[in-house]
Amino acid sequence: MTDTTLQITELRYRWPGQAGFRLTVPDLSVARGESVLLLGESGSGKSTLLSLICGTILPDQGRVNIAGTNIATLSSGARDKFRAEQIGVIFQQFNLLPFGTVADNILLPLHFAPMRRKRVGDATAEASRLCSALGLPAGVTGVKATAISVGQQQRVAVARAMIGQPPLIIADEPTSALDANSQAVFLDLLFTQTATHNTSLLMVSHDPRLGERFDRVIRMEDIAQIERAAA
Amino acid sequence: MILRLSIASLFARALTVGMTILAIALSVALFLGVEKVRTGAKASFSDTISGTDLIVGARSGSVQLLLYSVFRIGNATNNVTWESYQDIAERPDVDWIVPISLGDSHRQFRVMGTTRAFFDHYKYRQGRSLAVSDGSIMDDLFDTVIGADVAAVLGYSVGDPIVVAHGLASFTEHKDQPFRVSGILEKTGTPVDRTVIVSMEAIEAVHVDWQRGAQVPGQSTSADVIREMDLTPKAITAALVGVESPLQTFTLQRAINEYGEEPLLAILPGVALQELWGIVGIAETALLAVSAMVVVTALIGMMATIFSSLNERRREMAIFRAMGARPFTILSMLVLEAMVMAALGGLLGLVLLYIGLVVAQPIMDSAFGLWLPIDAPTIREFRVIISVIGAGAIVSLVPAFRAYRMSVADGMMVKT
Repeated sequence: MTDTTLQITELRYRWPGQAGFRLTVPDLSVARGESVLLLGESGSGKSTLLSLICGTILPDQGRVNIAGTNIATLSSGARDKFRAEQIGVIFQQFNLLPFGTVADNILLPLHFAPMRRKRVGDATAEASRLCSALGLPAGVTGVKATAISVGQQQRVAVARAMIGQPPLIIADEPTSALDANSQAVFLDLLFTQTATHNTSLLMVSHDPRLGERFDRVIRMEDIAQIERAAA
Repeated sequence: MILRLSIASLFARALTVGMTILAIALSVALFLGVEKVRTGAKASFSDTISGTDLIVGARSGSVQLLLYSVFRIGNATNNVTWESYQDIAERPDVDWIVPISLGDSHRQFRVMGTTRAFFDHYKYRQGRSLAVSDGSIMDDLFDTVIGADVAAVLGYSVGDPIVVAHGLASFTEHKDQPFRVSGILEKTGTPVDRTVIVSMEAIEAVHVDWQRGAQVPGQSTSADVIREMDLTPKAITAALVGVESPLQTFTLQRAINEYGEEPLLAILPGVALQELWGIVGIAETALLAVSAMVVVTALIGMMATIFSSLNERRREMAIFRAMGARPFTILSMLVLEAMVMAALGGLLGLVLLYIGLVVAQPIMDSAFGLWLPIDAPTIREFRVIISVIGAGAIVSLVPAFRAYRMSVADGMMVKT
């Protein structure tokens, strides 16, 4: 097993329909169990980089290796399945399915990831265990996702990303809408979980104050360039 | 789980989804309702006459003979002589025969001369016999039995006098020989409801003072004198015939068609009804096509509903994508949703149809004589619903492909 969960090498990506704009990431790596904060302003290409890492868009050049697999070499279907197996995603606004229960939301990735599901065993019990570990009240799994507080939704989003212990967690500005107290609580929960399972964490934010909690802080402008390519 | 989430997503948009399902339900109910009315009308049409093996008239077309003898539509090209009628009646293979004489009218209703045997042998709706709701079958020469519609429209009751007019739409009336309503028939849903029935002798009686279609000037024979006269008919318009054995039907038909004394035509009512239904089938097909278009319109409405929901559901699609769903899964979910909506619409449509049938059945029967049977749903009706579900899946492919492309373009990035 490799010690590097994520390795990006000489990545180049041209946005479709945007004449000449190109994102270049020469080198980025995240070690197993490492937490990395990626800082960047709006328009710096953070979201695009996350999509490239998740394999929902493909680079024009370069490699995105996750757990030793270059995802660009996978077929479209295999790439989606690989993402489900290897990556847990936490969105900016947690983005729970409003019409599903807490359990539906937590168990959703397992539907697309048979290995993760196999690792979990009893999925419903694991969802309850995670809820309990994240401080959610007993019996919350049967409650509609919209019927719980924002703080509880944060925890459900973490549980959804963590279930089945994927090697990499991608978090896209999950604390941007939270006050300082809530941010701290959220990060405590997240770090506790990633540390327990030795999971790598790549979190994107524009808030440098969060840096002290992470193993490493990198700035988007230090690792990536957005350039207007010569015609 | 995905099916459950798809259904939960539909519930989350209950109002728009409910309206869409209702539109599909109404269109399906309309389509199936038209089908029910069509089959009901066909059955009522076929049930107008039953138990009669042959109808005999002057040689013309089979549909024409059926129309004037049973449906009282149009006129005979010629009459059948009483001698010919007697010849047929005396054949050993004839079980019973009922003469019909048409030509006169009362208001907008046809007057039909016949014998008491008509009330014994005329059957409708799978063997039902005529029944008198008030009064009795005519006893006197100038008695008449009227159909339920005649009584209802003209407000007649037993004992009321009736004056028949000579011919159709004529202003010349047989005023000297008025009739008396002796009985009113129960509603049958057949042309009998719109018929004034008198005896064959009465038809002769009212024409005693008539020659070549006009009353002889100054001649007026009294009723008492007429009663003493020989009123044996000289001709009839048609005759209903029952044979001894069904095996003899075709033999008798051929014998009548080859009758040497005058050109006659014998038809099988069922065959002529099929022929007639084939003619009106074009309108039937057009009606069905219009109601099918209503279903198509409802499905296009569903497509528009899904289309309009796509933007607000980009977040939902992005969540699924981030969790590992393939774009094809997104496409499948939308198609599945459409199929669920179409299925619910179809089933609700079936429920609405039966509610409508329960409400409309007595109204249609009394107003139009159209009996709409309330039977268990047929295989054909389930096929219609399955077709609607299939068509729903097909039309949903349009927004589903758009969602597919959006999910590929958006990836896991939430755009809304």
